[in-house]
Amino acid sequence: MAEIKYIEGYPEYMRKAIDIVNKTRNKRKDYVPKSMTREEQEEVLKLHPDYAPGGKRKISIGQNKGDIAPDPVADLLEAYPLIEEGEIDIKSVDYSVDILIIGGGLAGTSAAIWANKQGIGKDKILLVNKLRHGDCNSIMAEGGTQAADRPNDSLQRHFLDSIGGGHFTNKPDVLRALVTDAPFIIHWLCELGVIIDREENGDFVEKWGGGTSVRRMHSCRDYTGLEEFRVIRDEFKNKEISCIEHFPVIELLTDGNNRVTGAVLYNLETGEYKIVESKATILATGGFGRLHIRGFPTTNHYGATADGIVLAYRAGAKLRDTDTVQYHPTGAAYPVQVIGYLLTEKLRSAGAQPVNKDGEAFVFPLEPRDVEASALIRECYVRNKGITTPTGLRGVWLDTPMIEIKNGKGYIDKAFPGMKRMFNRYDIDMCKDPVLVFPTLHYQNGGVETDPEGKTNVKGLFVAGEVSGGVHGKNRLMGNSTLDTMVFGRRAGIYSAEYVKSGRKQGKLTLEHMKKYVKMLKNAGIKKERRSPMLLPEYRGKAALARMIDVF
Amino acid sequence: MKEGKNIMDRIAEASKSITTGVDEKDIKNWVTIYIMGRGYRVPADLTILTAMEYAGYKFIRGCGCRQGFCGACSTVYRRKGEYKLETGMACQTRVEDGMYLVQIPFTPAEKAIYDISKEEYNINVFFKYYPELARCVSCNTCTKACPQDLEVMDYVQAALKGDFEGITEDSFDCIQCGLCAIRCPAEIVQYHIAQLGRRMYGRYDNPEPEHLEKRLKEIKKGKFDKEMDEIIHLNRKELEKLYAERKREPD
Ligand SMILES: Cc1cc2nc3c(=O)[nH]c(=O)nc-3n(C[C@H](O)[C@H](O)[C@H](O)COP(=O)(O)OP(=O)(O)OC[C@H]3O[C@@H](n4cnc5c(N)ncnc54)[C@H](O)[C@@H]3O)c2cc1C
Ligand code: SF4
Ligand code: SF4
Ligand code: FES
Repeated sequence: MAEIKYIEGYPEYMRKAIDIVNKTRNKRKDYVPKSMTREEQEEVLKLHPDYAPGGKRKISIGQNKGDIAPDPVADLLEAYPLIEEGEIDIKSVDYSVDILIIGGGLAGTSAAIWANKQGIGKDKILLVNKLRHGDCNSIMAEGGTQAADRPNDSLQRHFLDSIGGGHFTNKPDVLRALVTDAPFIIHWLCELGVIIDREENGDFVEKWGGGTSVRRMHSCRDYTGLEEFRVIRDEFKNKEISCIEHFPVIELLTDGNNRVTGAVLYNLETGEYKIVESKATILATGGFGRLHIRGFPTTNHYGATADGIVLAYRAGAKLRDTDTVQYHPTGAAYPVQVIGYLLTEKLRSAGAQPVNKDGEAFVFPLEPRDVEASALIRECYVRNKGITTPTGLRGVWLDTPMIEIKNGKGYIDKAFPGMKRMFNRYDIDMCKDPVLVFPTLHYQNGGVETDPEGKTNVKGLFVAGEVSGGVHGKNRLMGNSTLDTMVFGRRAGIYSAEYVKSGRKQGKLTLEHMKKYVKMLKNAGIKKERRSPMLLPEYRGKAALARMIDVF
Repeated sequence: MKEGKNIMDRIAEASKSITTGVDEKDIKNWVTIYIMGRGYRVPADLTILTAMEYAGYKFIRGCGCRQGFCGACSTVYRRKGEYKLETGMACQTRVEDGMYLVQIPFTPAEKAIYDISKEEYNINVFFKYYPELARCVSCNTCTKACPQDLEVMDYVQAALKGDFEGITEDSFDCIQCGLCAIRCPAEIVQYHIAQLGRRMYGRYDNPEPEHLEKRLKEIKKGKFDKEMDEIIHLNRKELEKLYAERKREPD
C-alpha cells in the first residue's frame, strides 16, 4: 500500500501506538498481572473458538457417530474417497514390505529408525511422504521438548502438569508412557548429536512452558524442531531405509476384516498410483492446521490437512477428542506476509508481555494456551483494546524489548535468532519494537485413539505423533508434542516390529472397508460433493481459478 | 453468547486472504513478476510463494513449512535490468516489480553415509566423507547465496581446520536449502558437511549432564513405579486436588 508511510517496518499510525507501549514499559517492568482464578478462566473461555457457538457439528456416520467435530473435519469425514471402486487394480503390488510408515515428520522418521534397530531390514521398511521428507510440522517446532530430568522434578509432576493442562481427559496409561520415556528420549537425542542448550556447567538450560509447575523445557535456540529433525533425518538416511517423496497415501487397504494390510499411493507429479502391501502400518501424518478451522490462520506446514484421521476412520479406527483444537495465543498478526506464523511461547517465558493499545499488561503471560488465547480475543473484540492492521486484522502487542531488559542485551540474538530474522526481513527490529500478535490455529489435540504401544483398535494399524489422540486429552502442553512424536514414534516402531516378528503373514488386499463406508455415506444421504483426503489446501487466486480448465 | 459467534465471523472475515487465497478486488497495489519467463500481474504485498499461488500455481513441490524453516522453496531470481542472480526462500521473500524467478526445490547433492558412534572425533572425519572440502577456493559465493545470512564460507573454513565448535556456531541456523551448494564452484556440499560437524560436536563435546544420567538410573531402578501406579488410577477429583496443590518452582 503505497499511500501508507512506513517507519522501520510499521505504518505511521502503528508507530504512534508503539510510542504508548514504549512509554509504559518501565512501569510494567516489575509488574506481572495475576493469573486468573478458575471462575475467571471459565468466563473468558466462552470466547475460545472451541466454545463459541457455531463452527462445529456432530459426526453423522462411523465409529464416532454423534461426537462433535469442527465443521471442516466433519466435512472430510463425511466425504467420498478419491478413488472409485473398480477404478484401480490392487492385485498388482508395487512394494511389498513388513512395515509401511505414512508421513515422515519426527514421529514417522523415529519409528523407521527404531523398527530398523529392532531387526526389520532397511528394504522391508518403507517411509512415504506427501511432500519432501522434512516438509512437516516437526521441523518448525521452536520452543522445546519437555522431560522431567532435573532433581527437583519428577515423573509424577510431569504427569500432573500434563493431565491438568489437558483438563483431566488424557488417557492415563498413555500419558504415563510419555513422561516415563521422556528422559530416555533426551538421552537418545544426545547420543545422536542433537545440540541442546546448556548452562555454563553443562547442565541443560530448562525453561518454563505454559501450564508447567517446574522448568522442564529443553530447547535448541528457537530452532528446536529443526535441530531435532535434521539430526534424526540424517540418522535415517545413514541407515539407508527406503523412502519415497511427493507420493501421499490416498487410501488404506484392509483384509475386509478389521486389519490394515497396505495402502494406495498417488504420485502427485504424474498422477500414477502404486500399491503397497505391508504387514504393519504406522500412521504418522501429523495434524490439520491447514483446514483453517473457524477461519483462523495457522502455524502449520502446507500438508497439515487431516489426511491421517480420514484414512484411519474409513478403515474402522476410533477417534477421540475431535471436539478440541489448539489455538496458539501468539501468532504474528503483522506484517501481512507472516500472518499466523508462530511466535513461540518461550518469548513470554523470557519476559515478553502481551500489552493492549493503552499500554496495559492485561493478562498473566503464561496461562494455559486456551485461556491465554481467549484473553487476547477478548481484549481485541470485546474490550476493543486491540490495534487494527492495514489489512483489517486485530491484534495486541507482544512487548519483546522487555526480554532484553530482563535478560540483558544480546539475549534475543542468542535465544531467538529465527524470530529476529523473520521480522528483520520486514524491517522490524523486535529488540527495539514490540510485535503484533493474535491467536493462530496450531495443533490437533485429538486424533486416532492409541494405546501405550501405539496400537489402535484396527489390527496392523499403529499411530504416532500429532495424528494420534489420547495422550494430550483435550489440550496439549507446550513441549509435550515433539516429545510425543519421539516417544510414540519409537514405541510404534518397536511394537510394530514385534508384531511383524511374531510371525504375521501378509493379509489380503481389499477395498472392502471403503465400499462399506461409501454405502454408509449413501445411506446417510450424503451427496457426492466432497472428496477426501484433502492432500493439499487451495490457495490459488480466485481470478486464476475462475478460468481454469482441465484438458489432459 | 451470540456475541461469540459474531466475533468468530469477524475474525474469519479479516483473515480471508490468508486462509482462502487472495481476491483481486481487495488489492490496491500490483507488481509484475516473471515466473519462469512468463509475466504475471500479482498483488505487491505477497511473497514469491503466495504470488505464484495467486497466479494460479498449485505447489506439489517447492513448498513445505511456508515459514522459512524447511528449505523446500529455494528460488533464484534477478531484478529487471540487473545482471546479478539473487537467491532466497520463496516463502520469505517479498515480490518486487520486474523480478524474474525460478524455483529449485531439489538439490541432487550426495550425502555421505556414516555411523557417528564409530567415528573418531577429529578433523579426519571431514576428509574421509567429504574430501572435496579441500577444494574450497574461498570465493565466498556460498555466503552470499545463503538466505539465512550465515557465514557459510567461515564454517567451511572451520571444517578445514577441524574446528567443530566453529562449524556448529556458524551453521546452526542452516535450513539445508541447498542454495550454497548449487552456487559453489568447487562442488562442495556445505550443508551436509555442517550436519556431520554438528552431530560430532553434539555427541562428543557435550557430555550428558549428571542430572540426566541420575534420572535415567532412578527410572530404571523403579524409583517412580509405585507412585506412578497409583497416580494413573486416581479419579478426576483426586487428580484435581493434587493438581491444585502443586507448588510452583520459584522463578
Ligand atoms: C510452528 C510450530 C511450532 C511448534 N513448536 C512446538 C514446540 O516448541 N514444542 C512441541 O513439543 N511441539 C511444537 N509444535 C508441535 C509439534 O512440532 C508437532 O505437533 C509435531 O512435530 C508433529 O509431528 P508429526 O511427526 O506427528 O507430524 P509432522 O511433523 O507434521 O509430519 C507429518 C508428515 O506426514 C505427511 N503427510 C500428511 N498426510 C500424508 C499422506 N496422506 N501421505 C503421506 N504423508 C502424509 C506430512 O506432509 C508431514 O510431512 C509446533 C508445531 C508448529 C507447527
Ligand atoms: S562457494 Fe565453495 S569454494 Fe567458494 S567459499 Fe564457498 S565453499 Fe568455498
Ligand atoms: S548454509 Fe547453505 S543450505 Fe544452509 S541455509 Fe545457508 S544456503 Fe541454505
Ligand atoms: S516453504 Fe519451508 S522454507 Fe519456504
